[in-house]
Amino acid sequence: MRPPVTKAPVKQTNHKKVAASKNDAAKGKVKSSNDAKTLKHWLREMLLIREFEVRTMQAYQNRLVGGFCHIYSGQEAVAVGTIAALQDDDPIITAYRCHGHALARGMDPYYCMAELFGRFDGCAKGKGGSMHMFDREKHLYGGHAIVGAQTPLATGLAFATKYEQEVIKTSDHTRVTVCYLGDGALNQGGFHEAMNLAGVLDLPVIFVIENNGYAMGTSVARGTTLADALYRKAESYGMTGHLIEEGMDVVTVHDQFKKVVDETRKTSKPDLVEIRTYRFKGHSMSDPRKYRTHEEEEKWNKQDPIDHLSHDLIKAGELTQDEFKKMTTEIRGEIRDVVKRASEAEPPPLDELYVDVHTGNWGPFKGTTLPNMLRGDNEKTTDQNQESH
Amino acid sequence: MAREIEFRDALREAMTEEMHRDERVFLMGEEVAQYNGAYKVSRGMLEEFGAERIIDTPISETGFSGLGIGAAMMGLRPIIEFMSWSFSLVSADQVLNNAPKMLYMSGGQFGVPIVFRGNDGAGGQLGSTHSWCVESMFANVPGLKMIIPAFPDDAKGLLKSAIRDDDPVFCLESERLLSLKGEVPEEEYLTPIGEARVRRTGNDCTIVAFGRPVHFALEAATELAKSGIECDVIDGRSIRPLDMDTIATSVRKTNACVVVDQSWPFASIASEISAQVQECCFDDLDNHVHRVNNDDVPAPYATNLEQAMLPHAGKVIEAVRSATYNL
Repeated sequence: MRPPVTKAPVKQTNHKKVAASKNDAAKGKVKSSNDAKTLKHWLREMLLIREFEVRTMQAYQNRLVGGFCHIYSGQEAVAVGTIAALQDDDPIITAYRCHGHALARGMDPYYCMAELFGRFDGCAKGKGGSMHMFDREKHLYGGHAIVGAQTPLATGLAFATKYEQEVIKTSDHTRVTVCYLGDGALNQGGFHEAMNLAGVLDLPVIFVIENNGYAMGTSVARGTTLADALYRKAESYGMTGHLIEEGMDVVTVHDQFKKVVDETRKTSKPDLVEIRTYRFKGHSMSDPRKYRTHEEEEKWNKQDPIDHLSHDLIKAGELTQDEFKKMTTEIRGEIRDVVKRASEAEPPPLDELYVDVHTGNWGPFKGTTLPNMLRGDNEKTTDQNQESH
Repeated sequence: MAREIEFRDALREAMTEEMHRDERVFLMGEEVAQYNGAYKVSRGMLEEFGAERIIDTPISETGFSGLGIGAAMMGLRPIIEFMSWSFSLVSADQVLNNAPKMLYMSGGQFGVPIVFRGNDGAGGQLGSTHSWCVESMFANVPGLKMIIPAFPDDAKGLLKSAIRDDDPVFCLESERLLSLKGEVPEEEYLTPIGEARVRRTGNDCTIVAFGRPVHFALEAATELAKSGIECDVIDGRSIRPLDMDTIATSVRKTNACVVVDQSWPFASIASEISAQVQECCFDDLDNHVHRVNNDDVPAPYATNLEQAMLPHAGKVIEAVRSATYNL
């Protein structure tokens, strides 16, 4: 095993000075360096997530969304900034606050909203719900609802990419797995087992702690040791810990995270990254947020990642107020349309109850079929598994 | 051509043949590689396949069972060995939430073609925590398959089928059977999952058993035959899917049924089969279905208490006599 290496916390740098990585153009899969077009694209993605969540909360209040629902508002810079630093085929996996990651990874908001509404057009055919966003084509491996459960799975994704590359040679390049978790998941045993396995087996996986300050209603300090330096937990597992303090700034998140991704891709060794952020809403829809002060919320609201980037762009002359307004209006229209389509979409047929339990047919089970999201347009009306029914 | 080999060698042959056939298959678990397996099931596999495919793990059931599930979601075909199924309880969330439900909760996007295998049931004086029979508790969960071989030939054929299966398969082995010798064909074969095997035929009573208790059932049947009671002995082989057709056909013939199950009686495999038999053979039964289970107590250490708790041939004979009192 490698000796433990501790890296000093990465300090906030002026993002405009951060040079674009040389590897950006490799494979044509990585998004371009931080030119104005890229920054505007990130702004648009963050706006899209925010608007999606605003409409999700409305829909929840109107009882169009059921179950547990966890809103991503406030943390947009994390999903958008980190995913922008990845190749398209790098696997990602996350916890239950997963709408933002799905949208940032490029899932069509309609399939995401339809899933929330429990419709057959949802990404999981209405069987998963808010906490289970999956997209095979976009290499999104869920949406996992038990706190920390995704962390051992992430080691498996990374193991598989390495096995494909080194053992069976079906892949010719290193893929980096990114596993998102909240600060609450840090205290689950499975996370520590996953970290240890990643270290022992040298797996190309980056664990990203989205430190929003609270595990439901329990502040980080009340729940874990090293509360002011969670990234240092990496030391126990012989891996490098990184801190991205300015987690409300998408450019900083991207640039600092990109360096970690590049290193992991090169070394095929795991890393732990703590990103400081804040959720503007409660843990879930039923949370009155009595465990935190109005002053604290105000302080973080002033760092809104969308305001942050739009102000910077406007100040730099890269975006006009009118363009920003137009962008916002367009997104509102787009999400309004998504809500309308999702509310009009059909619920899963009752037959679907017994589909996807097993891959084959036996007893009452009726094999498996892919969701409409992954079928070509001409396939959507036909049942792929019809002959085996 | 068949030759006699041990149960553990049959399991190993299944794994090595499938690993030669499909390079996506790998074996992972505690002590499977350098130590040659805690029970020598994987003896020699490290030399044969190398450390990239025969992988020792730390004692970390949640971690490595989750790792296997993640790898299976990406299309690999892991065999995850639990030194004992008792230890799988540590990783219950991975084993019972993520493996069997992933296909469903992802709307058909991610299947989990994984095999979890290891020792199930009482070893010998291992006490309460190490003597788990997980079948009743785990078989409750939809989305998984469960096999429980009693003889070396089925151990090999069922495990090969399990490795090729696209669903998660739980393979329950018995430490007490690993040295059992039996005839195993040399040529390749597969034993289909979900098909019971009639090990002995008779018209007076049906005995259904799974795993090690099949041997108690056969011993009991031999003894009962001496007093003129002839039994059908059904080796269930799979618990999910359950071959109710074979069981029902037999019960319709014998009009009596005894189920031998090494898990606790409350909400057990035996309870399930009793319920299903009365649903499909209500008018055929001359008596209620009799169950022979572990006693409803934690596994004790002392030899005499442990023996008193476990199913054995004597208990099966008593149950069959009661079920056929009218003969």
